[in-house]
Amino acid sequence: MSLEISGLGFAYRTHRLFDRLDAPSLQRGELTALVGPNGVGKSSLFRLVAGLLNPSCGRIYLDGCDISGMSDRHRAERIFLLTQHTAMRATLCVFDVVLLAKRGWSGGKTTGDDIACVEQALEELGIDHLSDRLVTELSGGQQQLVALCQALVRNPDVLLLDEPTSALDLRRQLEVMSIVQRVTRERGIVTIAALHDLGLACRFADRFLLLYEGQIAADGQPQEVLGAEVTSDAYGVRLAIEETSNGAMMVHADLA
Amino acid sequence: MTTLRAGERYRRRIFRKSMFVAGTFAALAIAVCSDIAIGPGWYSPLEVLTALVSPESVEPKLAIIVWDVRLPVAVMAVLVGAMLGVAGAQMQTILHNPLADPFTLGISSAASFGAALAIALGIGLLPTGGSFFITANAFVFALATSLVLFLFTRMRGVTIETFVLVGIALFFTFNALLAFIQYQSSEAQLQQIVFWMMGSLARATWTKIGICALLLALVVPLAWARNSMMTALTMGDERAASLGVPVARLRLEMLTSISLLAATATAFVGTIGFVGLVGPHIARMLVGEDQRYFLPVSASAGAIILSAASTLSKGITPGVIYPIGIITALVGVPFFLSLILSIRKETWR
Repeated sequence: MSLEISGLGFAYRTHRLFDRLDAPSLQRGELTALVGPNGVGKSSLFRLVAGLLNPSCGRIYLDGCDISGMSDRHRAERIFLLTQHTAMRATLCVFDVVLLAKRGWSGGKTTGDDIACVEQALEELGIDHLSDRLVTELSGGQQQLVALCQALVRNPDVLLLDEPTSALDLRRQLEVMSIVQRVTRERGIVTIAALHDLGLACRFADRFLLLYEGQIAADGQPQEVLGAEVTSDAYGVRLAIEETSNGAMMVHADLA
Repeated sequence: MTTLRAGERYRRRIFRKSMFVAGTFAALAIAVCSDIAIGPGWYSPLEVLTALVSPESVEPKLAIIVWDVRLPVAVMAVLVGAMLGVAGAQMQTILHNPLADPFTLGISSAASFGAALAIALGIGLLPTGGSFFITANAFVFALATSLVLFLFTRMRGVTIETFVLVGIALFFTFNALLAFIQYQSSEAQLQQIVFWMMGSLARATWTKIGICALLLALVVPLAWARNSMMTALTMGDERAASLGVPVARLRLEMLTSISLLAATATAFVGTIGFVGLVGPHIARMLVGEDQRYFLPVSASAGAIILSAASTLSKGITPGVIYPIGIITALVGVPFFLSLILSIRKETWR
């Protein structure tokens, strides 16, 4: 039970982003951090996996099945992409937006279970008091929590989070990442989160993937990847990891 | 006081929205009744009602006025208003732009050009004669414009912004061609072109009503079947796509139905502005963009505006029925401005 990428190629017009990218199999119940400098293709890789872009070659397998053979609807039920934070402009209430993610667009009647599920997810993220507000009235961080709420009710097999904490305050960042970690383990799903905050990534992720020059340049335990020379090269900084007194990891970066 | 849980608050909101939908339909019924009751001739509402129920029992003149003049106009106002309301709501949704309307992409100016071509030069693209000659030409040109836009969407890497820009380019092209024809035509033809463009419900016939009703009967079920997809689309293309919505296909489907609605409406009654813009705006203020409520309220708001304008067009000067295009713009502009000033900033941008 896993997600696997093999020989993936993709280009935006003349700009070749990936050339035969292989990703080792990502296991269920594992929270993976996808790291790499700006513009390296983290969001594009997510879009390819979610089926929003079509690769020029290569295959993506979910539990051994090629996802290109799945229908849009089926794939969307199994893989959910939380896109990078951009403002929502819909005149819709928070509750409606989350319910929409829960129910999909299959039609039929909204059941009491659907409503209860949305209610529970809103409470879990501590935004049930916002449920009647229009999404356009919310702050960037609140919108991000709403988007995360959509991911929770969606209950996919693969959860792709593109910068899920970029607009959140410190406390919310920690809360959101622990919820993501717990949900990943409890539901046994494959979660990949693109994160810029390496310290946060190091604290919650089970595994690091470094995306650099169109390849997975490093793969392994957080400390291994952060300690690797290629990671420092990719970011153009000198990285050093230090264990703090309470066992957490501190990541130091200096301009090389 | 205990606060209700989110789910209960949702249920109450849904109930309130259903009431709004029912309320706008009731308001529409009132608007239609007054449209039928009021008109040159000044018959009492009771006489009009009698003529409606049993045309044989009243004097023939009244029966003709009610059945062949007032009723077609009133029904046409409702149908065209609903068509423009639905098309406007869909256009604003697929373009992610609350300032779009059914005519944003140049469909109305193409129709006007087609009509002018038929009036001034007698050139028709379809072998229809008589009363449908001008109408058919307007329709063909409006649809041809949409076809050009369709082909354009097939091109790679076309964003919504470039799409709208092409629509605007078409708009100016047809306006220039229209001016060219107007400059060449005789005074009588010029007058006919100008009158055609003003928009009038006086051209309503039962045949046209039948065509409009048939079109709505085709388009509305499709729109209804797609309503959760369209609601998802309001959150943005990428968010909708990650919920599995086939965004490109949905946009093409909706564009097809918008083109048919706008082309038919323009061909039959001329250019009637503001209804397709303001109708969806009222709906957005009342019930938000959940398509289950947004679509019916847009349709009935459009129908109410056109019914009211139709009533007003008969009431300003006794004995004169002004072209409805003039009235809707006159009613529409101040109303639109007051909307912009009163509405919360986030909802219209």
